[in-house]
Amino acid sequence: MERCRLVFSGSGGQGVITAAIILAEAAVLYENLMATQTQAYGPEARGGATRSDVIISDAPIYFPKVTQPNVLVCLTQAAYNKFYGIIRPGGLLLSDSKYVQMETRVDARQVQLPMYQSVMDQIGKPIVFNICMLGAVLGLTQVIQPEAVMKALGTRIPAGFLDLNRKALDLGMKLALQVNV
Amino acid sequence: MKPAVLTGEHFITGDVACAEGALAAGCRFFAGYPITPATEVAEHMAVRLPDVGGTYIQMEDEIASMGAVLGASCAGAKSMTATSGPGFSLMMENIGLAICTETPCVVVNVQRAGPSTGLPTLAAQGDMMQARWGSHGHYEIITLAPSSPQEMFYLTITAFDLSETYRTPVLIMSDEVIGHLSERVIIPEANAIKPRSRPKPKGRKDRFKPFQPGPNGVAPMAIAGEGYGIHVTGLTHDEKGYPVMTAEAQEAMLAQLTGKIHRNLEDIIRTEAYRLEDADLVIVSYGVSARSSLAAVDEARQLGIKAGLLKLVTVWPFPEERVRALAERVKGLVTVEINLGQIHLEVQRCAAGRAPAMLVGHAGGAVIPPERIIETLRNFS
Repeated sequence: MERCRLVFSGSGGQGVITAAIILAEAAVLYENLMATQTQAYGPEARGGATRSDVIISDAPIYFPKVTQPNVLVCLTQAAYNKFYGIIRPGGLLLSDSKYVQMETRVDARQVQLPMYQSVMDQIGKPIVFNICMLGAVLGLTQVIQPEAVMKALGTRIPAGFLDLNRKALDLGMKLALQVNV
Repeated sequence: MKPAVLTGEHFITGDVACAEGALAAGCRFFAGYPITPATEVAEHMAVRLPDVGGTYIQMEDEIASMGAVLGASCAGAKSMTATSGPGFSLMMENIGLAICTETPCVVVNVQRAGPSTGLPTLAAQGDMMQARWGSHGHYEIITLAPSSPQEMFYLTITAFDLSETYRTPVLIMSDEVIGHLSERVIIPEANAIKPRSRPKPKGRKDRFKPFQPGPNGVAPMAIAGEGYGIHVTGLTHDEKGYPVMTAEAQEAMLAQLTGKIHRNLEDIIRTEAYRLEDADLVIVSYGVSARSSLAAVDEARQLGIKAGLLKLVTVWPFPEERVRALAERVKGLVTVEINLGQIHLEVQRCAAGRAPAMLVGHAGGAVIPPERIIETLRNFS
């Protein structure tokens, strides 16, 4: 496979680091790939700019940080403004239509999806916004199989919440599908 | 309840892998005070130690933490703590006490940028000389530097092994990136891990001399309450452990404390070589910076530069002989580290002019990108 470098960014508390860990864990434990996950965050527990880097590859990964992501996800305007410049030319920049006003001069495929709004309308629990985002990333990139992500989720969250997360993952994938058509 | 050795494939952070390595090594006591980016070591030990009949104590500060670790070790437990820069500074006094009293323990420093509170959430390798000389007086110390969560697991076991064998504190100098990096970690079967333990005394309990060295230069260690007469003090002492306030006693004690390390360098010093056989430019690096260096070696080779890497797994005692041998035959040595030149000074000292020694350093707060290393290699070749 071609090495995939992803950056998830947003505000502390939105779950971008959790989403990154789940993605990388799914790649390692359930698709037998190599993956690294790191993060940069401020001292605050909530708020503040958060960024998590994931590299997925079938070869050893030495340098664990991402300098030019193939896939950049921005869940707040602040994160978008800070990071849109680092996207690899021709990469994929995914943002949420509720939170982000897009710039026009970006050398990337920009996709904006109403992820937050759809989660609120169809599931009603903002806590799974990050998993919906992960579904959209899987739908747009096919970097790993959604079943691998569900397996990773299964070991990390209480059984009672698994269905909620599956719905959110499916919702994100469905939103991505509409873009591809 | 989970077993002490969590055999299997995991996707965990370096901090968690460090805690699991400690449990696998037989560590049953942790005292600490939370600090970013080392908190997760304590957090994980707090969850896991009760599983295996161990004890976790959150102390009022790092001075007390280190004191509790030494007390637990004297009572026979394999003991550790984990901290970062500001806490490491506070632990220095009792690390000196551990050296002087030959009390085994493991201290993990997940480095962040300093001085002072610095950049709490961002990586650095600025405490490397503090690891060597941070406590007062002259001494030897063992320091290991992991480059991945997998190494955090194994080197924590190694740290306990060396600490127990040589009755000395062993420092694990990690950094924020490795501590918080999630990656694949394979934990082997419990019977594949054979942890070492401190040498035990034999013979008459009333004739026991707690600081009389055995054949490998290390004194057997009696556990408090076993019936051996012991006396432990930070003052200069003789083989009985009693204070002796003379220059001669001081000389004898320092010969003992440094000699047990010097005589066992073969067992203590570990390095790894990557593409060194035909290399004429050699990077010397450790910890997270060794990962940047590995990437740089591969990229430099593609550009026709014969680069290689000497990775320091043991940083202290410094692998002098290995660096000297390289300096004899290579065109240059490049030290890569997230500080403005600490291990670089050691490389320079060992190269002693036989090969030029350059530094790719960084003040802290970010990982050194491979491109910066390649730039230096290019200018050099």
